[in-house]
Amino acid sequence: MTYIRSKFRHPGLPKNELGYTTQEYEGAISTLCAGCGHDSISGSIIQACYELSIAPHRIAKLSGIGCSSKTPTYFLGNSHGFNSVHGRMPSVATGANMANRDLVYMGVSGDGDTASIGMGQFVHVIRRNLNMVYIVMNNGCYGLTKGQDSATADEGSKSKKGVANPFQPIDLAGLALELGATFVAQSFSGDKEQLIPLIKAAIDHPGFAFINVISPCVTFNNNPGSTKSYDYVREHMEATGTTDFVPEKREITTSYEKGSGTDIQMHDGTYIRLEKLAATRDPFDRLGAINALQNSRNHNEILTGLLYVEPKTSDLHEIIQTSDRPLNSLRQDELCPGTLALADINQDYR
Amino acid sequence: MHNSKINDFVVRFANVNGTGSASANYLFAKAIFRMGIPVAPKNIFPSNIQGLPTWYEVRVSEKGYLGRREGVDMMICVNPQSMPSDVADVKSGGYFLYDSTKALHQELIRDDVNYIGVPLMEICLREFTDPRQRQLFKNIIYVGALSALMGIEFEVLEQLLTEQFNGKEKLIAPNIKSLQLGIQYIHDNYAYPLDLRLERRDLIGDRILVEGNDACGLGAVYGGATVVAWYPITPSTSVAEGFEKHAKKMRIDKETGKKNYAIIQAEDELAAIGMVIGANWNGARSFTATSGPGLSLMNEFLGLAYFAEIPAVLIDVQRTGPSTGMPTRTQQSDITLAAYASHGDTKHILLFPSTPKECFEMTAGSFDLAEQLQTPIILMSDLDLGMNDHLSEPFEWNDKRKYIRGKVLSAKQLEDMPHFGRYLDVDGDGITYRTIPGTHPTKGSFFTRGTSRDEYAAYTEDGTVYARNMARLLKKWDTAKDTVPAPYLYQQENKSPYGLIFFGTSTDSAEEAMDIMAGQNIAFDALRLKAFPFNKTVEDFVNTHERVFVIEQNRDGQMRSLLINELNTNPQKLIAILNYDGMPITADTIMTQISKNLIPAKNLVYHQ
Ligand SMILES: Cc1ncc(C[n+]2csc(CCOP(=O)(O)OP(=O)(O)O)c2C)c(N)n1
Ligand code: SF4
Ligand SMILES: [Mg+2]
Repeated sequence: MTYIRSKFRHPGLPKNELGYTTQEYEGAISTLCAGCGHDSISGSIIQACYELSIAPHRIAKLSGIGCSSKTPTYFLGNSHGFNSVHGRMPSVATGANMANRDLVYMGVSGDGDTASIGMGQFVHVIRRNLNMVYIVMNNGCYGLTKGQDSATADEGSKSKKGVANPFQPIDLAGLALELGATFVAQSFSGDKEQLIPLIKAAIDHPGFAFINVISPCVTFNNNPGSTKSYDYVREHMEATGTTDFVPEKREITTSYEKGSGTDIQMHDGTYIRLEKLAATRDPFDRLGAINALQNSRNHNEILTGLLYVEPKTSDLHEIIQTSDRPLNSLRQDELCPGTLALADINQDYR
Repeated sequence: MHNSKINDFVVRFANVNGTGSASANYLFAKAIFRMGIPVAPKNIFPSNIQGLPTWYEVRVSEKGYLGRREGVDMMICVNPQSMPSDVADVKSGGYFLYDSTKALHQELIRDDVNYIGVPLMEICLREFTDPRQRQLFKNIIYVGALSALMGIEFEVLEQLLTEQFNGKEKLIAPNIKSLQLGIQYIHDNYAYPLDLRLERRDLIGDRILVEGNDACGLGAVYGGATVVAWYPITPSTSVAEGFEKHAKKMRIDKETGKKNYAIIQAEDELAAIGMVIGANWNGARSFTATSGPGLSLMNEFLGLAYFAEIPAVLIDVQRTGPSTGMPTRTQQSDITLAAYASHGDTKHILLFPSTPKECFEMTAGSFDLAEQLQTPIILMSDLDLGMNDHLSEPFEWNDKRKYIRGKVLSAKQLEDMPHFGRYLDVDGDGITYRTIPGTHPTKGSFFTRGTSRDEYAAYTEDGTVYARNMARLLKKWDTAKDTVPAPYLYQQENKSPYGLIFFGTSTDSAEEAMDIMAGQNIAFDALRLKAFPFNKTVEDFVNTHERVFVIEQNRDGQMRSLLINELNTNPQKLIAILNYDGMPITADTIMTQISKNLIPAKNLVYHQ
């Protein structure tokens, strides 16, 4: 099968501050199954980057292995991408980020890629507070290897063959909160209105930003009895509030009723606006977020939205005090101590 | 019976791990070095932090033989636990110095050994009150006793202590006092110096005494490494530590005080190599250091780096395997694993340093090679080289030398190009052009993946395209043959039907064996390998000798297999000379095995 996308774009397509249309943020045509949740998330990533007017070449997109990890081919075609090995995207992202602190790192993974083979790297990248966006496209199964249960499959959730999963699930958002992640959100691939602003806020966050996105696998896990199907998720979604991300100098759009929302100021003066935030939810309260998440689970609800954010945070570079300049930009004369210094060193060994 | 030997013997210290003996023993070895006499110290230590026996062996050789030698001429035993075997290890006519605070058990008395009792503990109890001092200075007292017995110049020891405690002057006096206590005891009780003794020479020149791992760390600083990711494992840990030690002094931004490097202690070796690959992909020079178990874990990622053509530098400080093996003993046994690491058709470039100077040079140079060839470079050191002090030519650097960053396109070059193909072999050498993320707003971005792709980095499952790429990687491999360091040939023209091939830490003992055998009129040609893949010189060497002895430190003759496999040579021609007991190979071992293979068998005479 060949995929040819029409090059034609309506000349009136809106442009962002860089003069780019969304076209500059698109990737190759997707080869995922029609209706796969992952494709919608790709769309949200494209939209978020477009709206933030990030130059595409200033983004590096990285992934592991899986249907989900294939998506970087389908968004941001003008960005460098790295499809690494199964479960090891965090380490590649860490190295890349250490080399150049000035790029935006967009990491994409699956629930198999993160919650099983990659669990070790996932928890350690949180621990180091690497400045990156980490999106898990969570479908409760291994799509690419044809539908086996993953570690995020809910207990009792039925597979396509009708078998109930006997194991308790790993709740990635809960785990991220517990581990001290400095930005934790949860969303649904089908809810772009919520997801796009969350991705924008995650990109803006100066540390590790985690978004667990429920993303149904239409081919292997969209059957009745599955708790990761479109129908189930739509029925059981509970939002912390509607969300919008408001870049600094930009005027807050009129569609918001003044005063009805809560503005969360980010490190650089931008805002995340949470509309109709439940009275009991405070996005700076980690413990509260853990409780709220657990409560929803007890009621078979999926809590979505921004769960927790720590606006002022030190990322790995600040923690280990690396140079303000990207390490990959240092010149030989700054890196190599030279002959004179070596003479002294030799003398120390005599 | 006494063995009269000047500047030619082996001294072994038998200590308890974790009792502070290391710095005292080092003081002894360094003093010999300062007296201008070639010296080769080796740690023989347990996989333990405190309590188990540990040895420090110092070979002194006026002839400059720096390999290990069996047989102990002087044993200093302060470990009751290992005493029976320590007594047994002394050569007939040798010396046994022990702590005579307690009388020696009758069973430990050998007629052919000279016993020297020094009541170390008793002296310490009398002279010091602090328990830690009592333990530490016991070691310095025996160094004092040895200096009197073996003729070490007191001023040399004094100078070394002054240097060691620069900034902690309070510690100099009690150390000097301890030395003198040892000296005094010998003066009062024994005839000195012994016939086994040291005499000042001028044989060191401008050479240095340094550990290979330290040299690798320094080489990485000089080679421009900025991102280091590692996971602790003996015997490689001191590579990352060495890098940090030097970088802390020489890589701090003057204005901000911030670091022009990043060191990440990873969660495991998988993550460590992943970080290295990520950093190199993003245009920083980056390396990791590990040992066998870590190399095993890194296999999948090494295949990715090979196939996706990402530079990476890995320093493998080999230890005794398989599995956890003998983690604190040496071997050259990761060769097959490293050469073909990962699934599918993979081959990797290996470098074989044999001295600290080469550790420095090859580590610095490995970053050039990695970026030139866009592939992992594995530097094969080992515990012996990495964790022992070696007499080495000094480190050298030429300020005119420029880093070779390989085929990396700039924004300008991209601008001027009609089209960019990441895997397009434009120059016909198998090496393609790459770009670093963030270079150009609209040109040069590509997708890196371990899956098959075409010349423009687009995903493909077309077998022809896949095979074309694999064939190009072989072409690059051929280019690498003359890019990596060439082997060292010991002769201009062949003069013997027999050849020796060796590499790394087998070099000292191989050269010694050659030297001794030459003295008995058995000549060999020799070649020291410095890298894999092998170039034409190696091939010719093998082809033009009747028989080639391949000397290495593993059970299966791994380098021999590699030679057979890659040169397609007759296996019968290559004879394995092996040592795999975890101790560095000796000239004796080499000669014994070679003589058995010579027809008629030669009776070689060496150390009695
Ligand atoms: C080391 C290794 N083991 C197994 C595989 C096979 N494999 C490929 S994708 C995958 C699971 C992917 O699941 P997930 O991350 O949830 O992604 P999805 O396809 O569901 O989006 C597995 C097990 C592999 N590629 N590498
Ligand atoms: S198998 Fe499932 S996860 Fe994979 S592309 Fe199809 S729908 Fe998506
Ligand atoms: Mg999945």
